[in-house]
Amino acid sequence: MLAAFIGFEVIRRVSPLLHTPLMSLTNALDAIAVVGAIILAGEHKTTLATILGTIAIVSATSNIVGGFIITDRMLKMFKSSGAKKA
Amino acid sequence: MSPAAVELIIEIAYIIAAALFILSLKWLSSPTTARRGVFAGEAGMLLAIVGTLLHHDIVDYKWIAIALVLGTVIGIPLGRVHMTAVPQRTALSHAFGALCVTLVGTAEFYLRAPDVPKFMMGVLSLEVILGSLTLTGSLMAAGKLQEVLPQRPITYKGQNFVNLSLLGIAIIIAVMLVLDPSKMYLYPLIVVIPLIFGVMMIIPIGGADMPTVISLLNSYAGLSAAAMGFVLDSKLLIVAGALDGASGFILSVNMSKAMNRSFTNVLFGAFGQEQTTAGGKEEARPVRSATAEESAAILAAANKVVIVPGYGMAVSQAQHKVRELYDALNKRGVDVKFGIHPVAGRMPGHMNVLLAEADIPYDRLLDMDEINGDFQQTDVALIIGANDVTNPAARSDSSSPIYGMPILDVDKARTVMVIKRGMSAGFAGIENPLYYLDKTLMLFGDAKGFVGNIVRELTGAGHA
Repeated sequence: MLAAFIGFEVIRRVSPLLHTPLMSLTNALDAIAVVGAIILAGEHKTTLATILGTIAIVSATSNIVGGFIITDRMLKMFKSSGAKKA
Repeated sequence: MSPAAVELIIEIAYIIAAALFILSLKWLSSPTTARRGVFAGEAGMLLAIVGTLLHHDIVDYKWIAIALVLGTVIGIPLGRVHMTAVPQRTALSHAFGALCVTLVGTAEFYLRAPDVPKFMMGVLSLEVILGSLTLTGSLMAAGKLQEVLPQRPITYKGQNFVNLSLLGIAIIIAVMLVLDPSKMYLYPLIVVIPLIFGVMMIIPIGGADMPTVISLLNSYAGLSAAAMGFVLDSKLLIVAGALDGASGFILSVNMSKAMNRSFTNVLFGAFGQEQTTAGGKEEARPVRSATAEESAAILAAANKVVIVPGYGMAVSQAQHKVRELYDALNKRGVDVKFGIHPVAGRMPGHMNVLLAEADIPYDRLLDMDEINGDFQQTDVALIIGANDVTNPAARSDSSSPIYGMPILDVDKARTVMVIKRGMSAGFAGIENPLYYLDKTLMLFGDAKGFVGNIVRELTGAGHA
């Protein structure tokens, strides 16, 4: 609840300028679900859980890696006119 | 190390990671600190993963390692897609996130069933229902954006009834499972029905509604991850999921406001309802058109120009030509700004990313509220591939389907120039009275080609 509230306040202040990077970044953060998947795949309780966990790690990791790379690429492009003259 | 000590270390790693995530979003609020935000996010993620790997329940690292490597191999190309493909990439990554959550939820169910506490079963159902509908919904959205699937909204009678019943049935089954988790045979239904619902939900959605839909799917993906956090009792996951859910939620509220749709309308995916026969077929009304040469002359004589980009600019990849135009006009001392409607393009902030890619400084990109007061002092409003977001009928004609939608007041500028391929109506299927104003010049042609021609006139002919 607290997190949602803090998140709400923080995100409201993100300017529309950066909405696309915001979305790709939160997406990457969301992939923290990988921790649940890692435990599943590592516990070896049932074969089903291991298989599902492994696939889940693959999809989450691709989101983490891809999400961070593209967010950074996007942000690199945003330059102010001040910075350019300097 | 004793298991208790390891547990403590993991706990601390998670708390720091959660703090880093929040900082990461905080830094994202300004372009100057935004990249620091990405580093904070990466650091938090690394910490969380390393912490998890220490977990004592893990007995076998083989599959984890393979999966991490495979995920990285898939992730790198996904991070390197072309900027114009960002909307479909985002949709695709929502699908991946949702897949992960659904799979983990399913595995958890079969590990714990039949003795699942009521609260646990409740959040688990929520996780799986949201996860699976986001999975197929996002895949459909990505397909439409990539134009693998038809972009045109497909509607049929009773669509909302069918969709809501599907969702209703899934919820009823979930409730039955909460009351009696030993009915394990019911579980596949709360995966399969939302999977179908996800497809059905996106079918009636057309291109221009995509910004709202993507935000909404983003929010669902986040909420399902937060629900998973409750299932696994992981505060970190709850925090990250809630952040994602909140950001998607805020964006969808913004988007629906910008399109003047009620939020409930959006929540139920009831889009594309208004494209009945609103467009009058008055093609015969006179419009004034102009050549690149004439428009270059007008632009060169202007003091203040506002460029309004839309999806048409993205389609024809005109952003680099627009940048050349910006440079050419700047060189002549013309003040050029960009007016960006929140729903321009196919996802929130789409235009900003494309223009930033073309190296246009971000302080020249203004959103609707910032730019609207400027149009009265603007000599030329140049519209590139945008339509409905500039339609003055939204302000004046209460019978118009888009009446009440906030628009860019381009018609207040002294001259309006519209680059457009033809006279066809925009996404909403409505005539744009703007095109018939005396001060409006229609520049027929492909955005990239036409802007290129104007630039040539400005740079070449200008010096002679």
